Amino acid sequence: MEQVIQALISGILSGGIYALISVGLALIFGVVGLVNFAHGEFLMLSMYIAYWVYYFIKLEPYESLLINLVLMATVGYIVYKVIMTRVLEADHSMQMLLTLGLSMVLQNLALMLFKADYRNVRIDITTDVINIGFTNLSTARVLAFIVAIGASVALYLFLQKTYTGVAMKAVAQDGKAAKLMGINIKKIYGQAFIIGTMLVGLAGVLMSPMYSVFPTIGANFSTLAFIVVVLGGLSSIPGAIFGGILIGIVESMAGYLLGPAYQQAAYFLLFILVLIFKPSGIFGRE
Amino acid sequence: MLKINNLNAYYDEVRVLKDICMTAKRGEITALIGSNASGKTTLSSCISGIHEKVKGKIEFDGKDITNLRSDEIVEMGLVQVPEGRLLFPKLTVRENLELGAYCKRSRHGRVQRLQYIFNLFPRLEERQKQYAGSLSGGEAQMCAIGRGIMSNPELIILDEPSLGLAPIVVKEIMATIKRISEEGTTVFLVEQNVMQSLKISHYAYVLENGIVKAEGGGNELLESEEIRKAYLGL
Repeated sequence: MEQVIQALISGILSGGIYALISVGLALIFGVVGLVNFAHGEFLMLSMYIAYWVYYFIKLEPYESLLINLVLMATVGYIVYKVIMTRVLEADHSMQMLLTLGLSMVLQNLALMLFKADYRNVRIDITTDVINIGFTNLSTARVLAFIVAIGASVALYLFLQKTYTGVAMKAVAQDGKAAKLMGINIKKIYGQAFIIGTMLVGLAGVLMSPMYSVFPTIGANFSTLAFIVVVLGGLSSIPGAIFGGILIGIVESMAGYLLGPAYQQAAYFLLFILVLIFKPSGIFGRE
Repeated sequence: MLKINNLNAYYDEVRVLKDICMTAKRGEITALIGSNASGKTTLSSCISGIHEKVKGKIEFDGKDITNLRSDEIVEMGLVQVPEGRLLFPKLTVRENLELGAYCKRSRHGRVQRLQYIFNLFPRLEERQKQYAGSLSGGEAQMCAIGRGIMSNPELIILDEPSLGLAPIVVKEIMATIKRISEEGTTVFLVEQNVMQSLKISHYAYVLENGIVKAEGGGNELLESEEIRKAYLGL
């Protein structure tokens, strides 16, 4: 029984990170209408930034958080301005080919520059544990969960409560009407893209003490984030948060009950079932 | 106030507006009437800067706005209430109205203007917390007009405000349009409902297949034999 609870908690903790990666993707899809296959590569980029900053100037990932976010925002800005603005009005298939291409370029660039080595940031927090009575939890994971959920909820509140946030929702619902109301929608697109990139950047920082970074790490998480976003009802932020946690739990429970080999199979199975029986997603409305 | 000179608009290579010349005078209601597919909505899209292929010149307040972005045009005080309302369905009525005041020129005095709109359309105040997608046709049109007024415009383009509404609601909307005009906003009314719009307009243009077929004072056109035959079935 204790082990079941442990697996459950472990799943929820991983789920927080998945949620954070996914809300960025959901925001970009919902507002800009872009299916960003390079989202996982942004995660990889942020983890490399955390790693190299630690390697060269001994700043731990949490300490270099601001530097990391600023760099990720810059990356987001450049990618949006130079690449994405060209396909905003193009077909979805064009956009997908472009973002898929971008993800390959980034992966191979990382491979060329940093080699295929697995690189780790090993700091105190990596091995720290918090005792909660019957079991020990990794401090890094608990901290990552709290920050990730905090940031995701903050994004939700931003969209609910602020003027810019509501304008983002308006652009997502009717771009033409938003234009006619004097909203510069390309600016809003850019802001949403940058925020989405920074959120996945934050996820990279939180993951750095726990996961090794290597050029193709993004691919795993890209797929996972897409599943979460679809489960959550595509552009819904709360949907992505709950979807992330759900996938975390499914993954961890499958690992415990059936064996680690079935972890991915379990959430893919869930994904297929949802697509068959409720294609609008578990948390989708229509 | 609004001056359109030799305007031509294209969809791909097809010319849908041909050498349009029009003016809308400050303080007046200018109507643009015509049947379906005569080019009315294309013309309002051109004015608002959301139609890309345009040749000719559109002047607002003496400034050339032909190649400005839509948000720059709104910022200058020219707003459009689009055909089909285009409300944000999953935002509340109040959020819709507040977004009307997104541009800088309208941030000041936003609260009073919201009050003014609730005054103009008391039903919107009752429904301010509902999703705009749940409004009836008439209420949605009120909300769309209100959202336009929130931008504090000098000139408001109303594209087909009577579309799909019951005759009694059409009358109510037309009366409101007249009131808006009397309170100082210049109105450019794009309509299929020829009778109702000619009644309240000072001057009107008749558009047919992308060409200005006739123009004149509202009453003058109402009495014209040709208009009565073609549009009013009299």
